[in-house]
Amino acid sequence: MTKTDIINEHTKKVNLIFEDCNCWDIIDKVLSMPPDAVLSDINASGLKGRGGAGFPTGLKWKSAKEQPSNERFVICNADEGEPGTFKDRQILHERAHKVFTGMTLCAHTIGNVSKGYLYLRAEYNDLLERLQKDLDEFNEGLKARNFPFTINIISGSGAYVCGEETALLDSMEGKRGEPRNKPPFPTVSGFKGKPTVINNVETLVYCTMIMLIGPEEFLKLGTKDSRGAKVFCISGDADVKGIYELELGMKVDEFVELFGDGDTKAVQVGGSSGHCVPRKKFSETFLGFEGVPTGGSMMLFNSSRSMYHVLHNYLEFFQEESCGLCTPCRIGCQQLLRGIEAVKRGEKPSTYLDELIAMARTMRIASKCGLGQSVPNPFISIVENFREEIIY
Amino acid sequence: MEAMVKIKINNTPLRVAQGTTILDAAKELNIKIPTLCYHPDLCIAGSCRICVVEEKRARTLLASCCTPVAEGMEILTNTKKVRTARKHIIAMMLSEHAENCVHCFKNMNCELQSLSREYSVETQNLINICKPEELDISSPSIKKDFAKCIRCQRCVRTCADLQHVTALTAAHKGSEMKIATFLEKPLAEVVCTNCGQCVNRCPTGALTEQSYVEAVWNAINSPDKHVVVQTAPAVRVAIGEELGYDPGNRLTGKMVTALKRIGFNTVFDTDFTADLTIMEEGTELLTRLKKALKDKEPAPLPQYTSCSPGWIKYIEHEFPDQLEKVSTCKSPQQMFGALAKTYYAQKAEVDPKDIVVVSIMPCTAKKFEAGRPEMWSSGFRDVDYVLTTRELALMIEQTGIDFRNLEPSHFDSLMGMSTGAGVIFGATGGVMEAAIRTVYEIVTGREIPFKNLEVAPVRGMEGVKEASLKLEGCLPEWDFLEGVELRVAVAHGLVNARKVAKQVEAGNSPYHFIEIMACPGGCLGGGGQPIPTNCDIRLARAKAIYEEDESMELRKSHENPEVTMIYKDFLKEPLGHKSHKLLHTTYTKRKKY
Repeated sequence: MTKTDIINEHTKKVNLIFEDCNCWDIIDKVLSMPPDAVLSDINASGLKGRGGAGFPTGLKWKSAKEQPSNERFVICNADEGEPGTFKDRQILHERAHKVFTGMTLCAHTIGNVSKGYLYLRAEYNDLLERLQKDLDEFNEGLKARNFPFTINIISGSGAYVCGEETALLDSMEGKRGEPRNKPPFPTVSGFKGKPTVINNVETLVYCTMIMLIGPEEFLKLGTKDSRGAKVFCISGDADVKGIYELELGMKVDEFVELFGDGDTKAVQVGGSSGHCVPRKKFSETFLGFEGVPTGGSMMLFNSSRSMYHVLHNYLEFFQEESCGLCTPCRIGCQQLLRGIEAVKRGEKPSTYLDELIAMARTMRIASKCGLGQSVPNPFISIVENFREEIIY
Repeated sequence: MEAMVKIKINNTPLRVAQGTTILDAAKELNIKIPTLCYHPDLCIAGSCRICVVEEKRARTLLASCCTPVAEGMEILTNTKKVRTARKHIIAMMLSEHAENCVHCFKNMNCELQSLSREYSVETQNLINICKPEELDISSPSIKKDFAKCIRCQRCVRTCADLQHVTALTAAHKGSEMKIATFLEKPLAEVVCTNCGQCVNRCPTGALTEQSYVEAVWNAINSPDKHVVVQTAPAVRVAIGEELGYDPGNRLTGKMVTALKRIGFNTVFDTDFTADLTIMEEGTELLTRLKKALKDKEPAPLPQYTSCSPGWIKYIEHEFPDQLEKVSTCKSPQQMFGALAKTYYAQKAEVDPKDIVVVSIMPCTAKKFEAGRPEMWSSGFRDVDYVLTTRELALMIEQTGIDFRNLEPSHFDSLMGMSTGAGVIFGATGGVMEAAIRTVYEIVTGREIPFKNLEVAPVRGMEGVKEASLKLEGCLPEWDFLEGVELRVAVAHGLVNARKVAKQVEAGNSPYHFIEIMACPGGCLGGGGQPIPTNCDIRLARAKAIYEEDESMELRKSHENPEVTMIYKDFLKEPLGHKSHKLLHTTYTKRKKY
């Protein structure tokens, strides 16, 4: 069997995201169900957020539902900014209806939602025209069903940090996109201070599909801690690149076997804010919440790549995309970048890397939001595993 | 009954109200957690992260200023993890900060410096990433040195929350993030009101006043210069804080002695021109009321006070269409300057060109006001240099004065006598109270009918205060005011000023007279006052001001004998020709950008 054949085997096994289906049938079915029953199905599926953080979706919906309010909001986070991630774009391109459907299901479930918003990454504005057309039809369809819910698109302004859900809310409210203090979490006080569910594009599509196939079918996929499947974005030194939906729970060596070029020395799982898995750990590392969680980005590097350059590139990205609000992230990103440069040039001793790792650990526990907290992921994993490449 | 939660801090059990932050809960146990971006006057940012603490179940450390307690929390404020994180954070801040402490105006009064000492950040291994190039000295009031900025955004929140000015805001992101003005224009070219509230809350030396201490020394040391100093009412109750006293000490007499020791030729009191302001502004109000009520002609009412230069610049930018409602009276500082170079020059037989007028003000906006082109009515620049309370303290130190052991002395006479009414100008509501004391008596011939001459409703720290007073038994000249309910409002802090001005803009303001002070608490909370500031400190200063008022023999502006004398000998009458030339001014319509 060729590689392509094996990959096809895998993708045949699971095809939830890009499969065409009649969304109105799902909506009609769900709208006739009591909201609690929908919630119970989502809960039972074990679905966790597909944006990267992996928060249980049912729990999020439940929290917003239980927060007393006469107005709640549903927001689809389509601010897909993580380097190496390009799945949401494809989903919105091919299956936007399934996203809108997921939002509608959520609105029905948590109640008192009259408005939903799709927060679209500024760089995806070429999708706008078509999305708006689809959305207009969709909103008409909801109107015809007398379900008082409409979805609007809000275009972002290009900051990576606005993928962080509270910065996204500030951006939507017309403010500078900066993460808020938590608690309160958005499910308690979100958009305009109202309980708000913010879900990733892919998560919402899985919600749609769970309501179509039932939670039991979904539970059959994946592992105990990582139920279902996931859309992966494969890039870098890979023989096969692109977007693939795969069952969760695969080990990295299996993955590299399928997609790599035979010379893979490291896989960056989860984009620039994720972990770098070196070859020696391929066989022991799960792709899933019990191993290395991922928002979908899989970057493969072969032996021709300098991990110094890889890390340098990530840190340049972060020092620019930190919102600049909190000290550990704003300054930490700059210090890590300047630090490896100084070590490379011999201006700082190699032991300076250990000081930087210690500082990165402070960033991880003291930064205000997920951005600063995850910069140490690539930094520590690359410096620890490829120390020589950083120094020499 | 508020819900309570049970927590432990450093293993000590504690019950606190739900919603309490970890920082405040720790205070209940007298545990100090260091803070930087936190300020009691401002909304919570949670951005500097110096206040992080450990919670047993939490994945990350928690910022104690912005994290509310939750049932069962077990908080540790001083573990190795916490100390290491704080040390890292301080080192990071220092790497971004121009570490030239010994040359800094805030040396020894810098929160970053104190923390650095407290956490023994002895060596700096991190790479210097300070951007030293941006020093903004365009404003005559405020110096902005970005190299010393730690991006805590206290200034941004001050400008937005307390003042609703937003001259300062966060711009750009990541390593380029900075505190900037609109389009990064110089501070002098934006909507900044020069109030200096940001200066009061800046933890480092990034925002300070433009200092004129050296210029004043030069004047004092020039044998051909005759240097006259005036001191604003709020200075005497705050100067002590810079010299080791607790807040709320009245040090008028010692301050006067110190000023004489420093070498000023004459030491006068701005309170004198505060009393004079009441005569002018009170008469102006009565004139406007007469026009409206008796002549039935359109009159610019409500009348706004004009003492606060921060407020003047604010209304010029924000509500230029309301400028006719502002009293045309110059502020007491500027009245003083104009009179010092005319009236005093004549009496003392000094050539006004040799006179240098120095003001000691609780204010940074006064520095801008003194430089306004319309403030040359004496034929010279009316006020040459304005120093803040902080700068005066520095001069006292430089003179080598043992302030605590100074014998008190009196202001020089001619423009040194004041009444309690002049003193209370330093507190929010004070101008209004002083005006009511005088206007009521002019109109009815009787003292205001309140115990101890206190107009209680206009006192205190509420953002907008209002009061009304029915005028009955008016003298024949003022019979058109008979039965009129005089309605007044007092606002302090520009966010409150805005509320009142919006009401006027909408045409439904019920007031005749509105006092506005740009700074929270009035001048006693001014941008030139000792640092730190908070509500307790401002209350202590206010208490001292009212005590000073009560301690004075004369409590009403129109009873000030030197005021009587200046009208007799020089000005002739309120709103007269000379007053018009020297004591009144005009305003400029400005744009928002």
